[in-house]
Amino acid sequence: MEKTTLRGRIWVLLDRSGKLIEDIDTDQIYHNAFLHITEVSEMGKYALGNLEGWKDFPAKAAPGDILVAGRNFGAGSSRQQAVDCFISLKVGAILAPSFASIYFRNAVNSGLPVLKSPRIERLAEGGELESGDELEVDFLSGQALNVSKNMSFAVEPMSTVQKEIFRAGNLFAFGRSSNRKA
Amino acid sequence: MGKTVVEKIIQAHTRDEARAGRIVWMDLDIRSARDFGGPNVVKHYEREYGDELLADRTKTFFTFDLCAPACTLRYADNQQACRDFALKHGIKVYDVDQGIGTHVLMEEGLAQPNSTVAGTDSHMNILGAMGSFGQGMGDVDMTFAFRTGRTWFEVPETTRVIIKGALKKPASAKDLTLFLLKELGTKRLALKAAEFYGQAAAGLSLAGRLTLCSLITEMAGIVGFVPEYNDAARKEIERFTGAPFSPFVADEDAPYAETIEINVQGLSPQVAAPPSPANVKPVADLRGVRINSGFIGSCTNGRTEDLAGAARILKGRKVKAGVMLKVVPATRRVYQELLARGILRDLFESGAIIVNPGCGGCAEGHVGLTGKGEVQISTGNRNFAGKQGKGETYLASPAVVAASCVLGQIASPEDL
Ligand code: SF4
Repeated sequence: MEKTTLRGRIWVLLDRSGKLIEDIDTDQIYHNAFLHITEVSEMGKYALGNLEGWKDFPAKAAPGDILVAGRNFGAGSSRQQAVDCFISLKVGAILAPSFASIYFRNAVNSGLPVLKSPRIERLAEGGELESGDELEVDFLSGQALNVSKNMSFAVEPMSTVQKEIFRAGNLFAFGRSSNRKA
Repeated sequence: MGKTVVEKIIQAHTRDEARAGRIVWMDLDIRSARDFGGPNVVKHYEREYGDELLADRTKTFFTFDLCAPACTLRYADNQQACRDFALKHGIKVYDVDQGIGTHVLMEEGLAQPNSTVAGTDSHMNILGAMGSFGQGMGDVDMTFAFRTGRTWFEVPETTRVIIKGALKKPASAKDLTLFLLKELGTKRLALKAAEFYGQAAAGLSLAGRLTLCSLITEMAGIVGFVPEYNDAARKEIERFTGAPFSPFVADEDAPYAETIEINVQGLSPQVAAPPSPANVKPVADLRGVRINSGFIGSCTNGRTEDLAGAARILKGRKVKAGVMLKVVPATRRVYQELLARGILRDLFESGAIIVNPGCGGCAEGHVGLTGKGEVQISTGNRNFAGKQGKGETYLASPAVVAASCVLGQIASPEDL
């Protein structure tokens, strides 16, 4: 059986008043001042570099960590770097109630698991998901478990396309492995 | 069950069932990349596909519009990398002399009604104005599309927006659009397609439709359509497409996520104050705010009709001393029309700076940025902090920008 779960420590992107930050845009995720960088490995240090309260994220993040953000994550421009900076840090997944459409596509195409869960806003603001908690998500069934608090909730399972691209690694690898493109 | 406009267009490009919520593999009639994103597409393509052929070189294009001609070394390098790639693969470049990519694709008859068009431009959906499904995509997506001609897409739900009341002068398509943005915010249309109905929408010219559809992105929507076309708009579109125009209409029993009614009767000129396009107020609330510069152009308001409207106000008047008004026609064709009609002369004599076609005023384009403390009034579509430099940007119609530049402060054309 192929592994269908992701496990990692979460970072809940709250603002000072304890609210999950909505509409985080691509300039806050990866500022346009660094768009000239083309090496993915160098992008990690700028991740969330323009988001108030989270500028030290690259120093704190460890491989496999999972981000929890507010609705419309990744609004704004179509820059791929806003996804690649998390790949550079080996972030395991991003959970949000919703994503901006181009950002969502870019993440899927680059093999970064992005998972929608309308419920996480209430869970995060109610203290049931806190930074540092250990989370386990089955992206096939949509079952998520906050291991630290023994609390389970649902995320939307990955679509077939998303799953296939994720398994292949990225859109290019998927294209080569599938006869879809013919 | 019937289908919405976007479902019908997608259905015509896929063998899967195109229903809201489903993910389908969709053929793209046109794939394009700009001087932003284009160089990354070249890089990905060469790394992933080497010398392999494009799916179809006659459906693949570069359009350079952001920084045209290049005003930084980085843009110059990037544009040249795209030109070299284009030469190797035999694809056409609409170079720095041509203007805004989406408008060029329309004028050249490449974007057709009911077609699917993708490019590295988050305002690609502006093509909804002529019944084409345009969509902005990232560079990985576009590289794949260059090679395969297709992409995956989640068919969006559609929201129906019924606009009640008539639009009366001095209110324009931009005032209508800003007002809708205020009413709809960035949540109501999020991830949805929109269909606009009602007299005020159906009465719009092609330029007005482009204005409306260009701000769907700021509403966080996927694409907007105005499925009822008046005869004049139809003729304008046929002039470009070269064929009788028969855009898809929604079925009577098409499923909608929501139907929203918005009344625009008696609407006055509107302005979006920084720092967000949805922060919209009537001009009356902002009258008197001093401005340092004005900008008329962009994919939102760069058509002949937009610039002619501004010129009508500026003719015989002068831009206030110290105020810098920059005018950027959307395309070379628009520039030519303005030239032929004497409009450039009127603009010039009023004191405006006339710049070659392109995006110009957005990001670090070729007409320059705003400095710290500078207040700009612009016909563009974004006023986020830092987008056009360090100054503050107010968004308004060409008429309001023109009147404001004459008076040196935010004003309505009626104030003159
Ligand atoms: S005018 Fe501005 S918003 Fe429109 S396509 Fe050009 S850069 Fe984008």
